[in-house]
Amino acid sequence: MLKQEVYGRPLVYLDNGATTQKPLPVIECIRNFHSFKNSSIHRGIHFYSERATEEFENARKTVQQFIHAEKSSEIIFTSGTTSSVNGLAWSFGERFIRPGDEIIISEMEHHSNIVPWQMLCERKGSVLKVLPFNDDGILEIDRLDALINNRTRLISVMHISNTLGTINPIRTIIEKAHENDIPVLIDAAQSVQHIAIDVQQLDCDFLVFSGHKIYGPTGIGVLYAKEKWLHELPPFQGGGEMVDVVTFQKTTYTEPPVKFEAGTPNYIGAIGLAEALKYVTSTGLSGILQHENALLDYGFQQLSQLDFVKLYGQASDKSSILSFNLRDIHYYDAGMIIDKMGIAVRTGTHCAQPVMQHYGISGTIRASLGMYNTKEEIDNLVGAIKKVRDMFV
Amino acid sequence: MKSIIEIQQEISGEFEMYDDWMDKYNYLIELGKDLAVIDTKHKVKENLINGCQSRVWLHAEYEEGLIHFTADSDSIITKGIIALLVRVLSGRKPEEILNTDLFFIDRIGLRQNLSPTRSNGLLSMIRQMKLYALAYHAKAKGS
Repeated sequence: MLKQEVYGRPLVYLDNGATTQKPLPVIECIRNFHSFKNSSIHRGIHFYSERATEEFENARKTVQQFIHAEKSSEIIFTSGTTSSVNGLAWSFGERFIRPGDEIIISEMEHHSNIVPWQMLCERKGSVLKVLPFNDDGILEIDRLDALINNRTRLISVMHISNTLGTINPIRTIIEKAHENDIPVLIDAAQSVQHIAIDVQQLDCDFLVFSGHKIYGPTGIGVLYAKEKWLHELPPFQGGGEMVDVVTFQKTTYTEPPVKFEAGTPNYIGAIGLAEALKYVTSTGLSGILQHENALLDYGFQQLSQLDFVKLYGQASDKSSILSFNLRDIHYYDAGMIIDKMGIAVRTGTHCAQPVMQHYGISGTIRASLGMYNTKEEIDNLVGAIKKVRDMFV
Repeated sequence: MKSIIEIQQEISGEFEMYDDWMDKYNYLIELGKDLAVIDTKHKVKENLINGCQSRVWLHAEYEEGLIHFTADSDSIITKGIIALLVRVLSGRKPEEILNTDLFFIDRIGLRQNLSPTRSNGLLSMIRQMKLYALAYHAKAKGS
C-alpha cells in the first residue's frame, strides 16, 4: 500500500490517526487463516473449529499481555472503539445509572466518547458534565474536583486527543476518581499504537481501542474491563454463544468475556489484531514512540517557522498529531492541493466538533504519524504547504 | 445567448489549455475569487447547504421566466466550481435546467470534487438548483 503512487507521485501517508496501513505479516496471517484455517469458533467439535477457537483465545491472551491485563477474560472483542463505548454505556447505564446521576467526559473527546453518553443521559435522565481544556489544548485538570460530586457515576476520557495530540494526565484523573469511588473509562484509540499501556498500573476500570489504528484489521476492537465489573454488568447484546440456559421464560448468561460476545465474533479480525500487536511488540513500542516523537518535534518546529501556519495543540506532552490551519486559506482548499501532491492528510472536524467550537473554527488540517513515516515525508508536507500558500495568496 | 451545451463546450475548451492539474486549480481559484458576490441578505441559514468539508450558500430568483442563481462558499476552490455552475445554469428557463446533463464536469476532470464522499456541498448544490427549477417549473405551469 505504502509503495503506491497517487497522481503520479509516491504516496505520503499521513492519515494514521484515521487508520494505519497493515504490515505484511498481518496481511499474510489473515490470508492464511482464510485459506487454510477458517472455521467458526466455540461451536464445533471438529478439528478446524477447535483449532480456530484456540487461535481466537490465544489472540485474547496476546491482547491481555499487550495491555497487561490481569486475566484474559477481561478482554472483550468488539467491532471497534465506538462499539466498545456504546456497549459499555448501555450496560453501565442499565445497571448503575439513575435519573440525576452524572457522567464526566472532557471537552476534547471524539464524538464516539460523547454521543453514547448523551444517548445514555437521554435514556436515563442523567447529566453529562464536561471537563474543559485551555487554548494550548491541555485539560484543566484543576477543575475536575469541582465537577465531581456524590452523583458522579463514571468518568470517561481519551488518553490522547485525535485532534490536538495532547497526552492527557489519565493517571491523575484515575486517582482522583478512585478517591471518590468513581470508575474510569480510558479511550485509548489514539494511544495504544504509540505508548505502552499497563491497565493494572493505571488502575483504570475500562479501556477501549480499535484494531485498525494499531496496524491490525478493521472491524475488530477491544473493551477491557476489570473482572469485578464484568460480573456486575448485563450483556449489551443477546444472541448465540453468550447464553447458559435458554428457555422462553428466562435465559441465563454464561461467564465473561463470552457473555459480552453475542453472535459469531470477528475471530479472524481478533487473530489479525493479535498478529499486529505481536508485530508492534517485536518492532518495539519504545522505539516506535521515539521515532514518532522525533518526527513530531521536527514537523512542529518546521511548521512553527512558517508565520502563516497556526498550530493547534501546544501541550508539551504530545504525540503523533499535527493539527493546523493556514491563514486566509480554507482547510478544504489546502487539503485538496495537498492531496494532489500525493500526500494523504485529513481535513475537517475529525469527529470532534466541540474542539473546533472551542477555537471558533470549522475544521483543521491534520497530519498524523505512524511508525513507517520519515523525515523526508515531513519535508514533503512542509513543501506542499508552502506551495498551497503560493497558490492561494 | 449561448445554449447550455455551448457554454459547457466553451468551459471544456478553457480547461483543455491546461495540461497540469496545478494550472487547472489555479484557474479555479481565479474563478472563485472573481465570482460575483452574493448579497449578504441572502447569505443566511435558509440558503446554506452544509457539507462536512465546506459550506455553500445558494440563492435563486425567478424573473420573467428565467432563474438567476447567486452563490458563495467558504472554500475558494468550491467557489470556483460554483462559478462554473452559475455560468452554465443561471439565467435559464426552469425546464432547461431540469433537462441539463452537466457533461463539462467530467470533461474538465472535476468529477472527484462532486463525488458524494467529498461532502463539500457541491452535489447538494446541484440538486438544490434542480429543485428550484422544478419548483418554478411547477409554478409557471400552475399559473
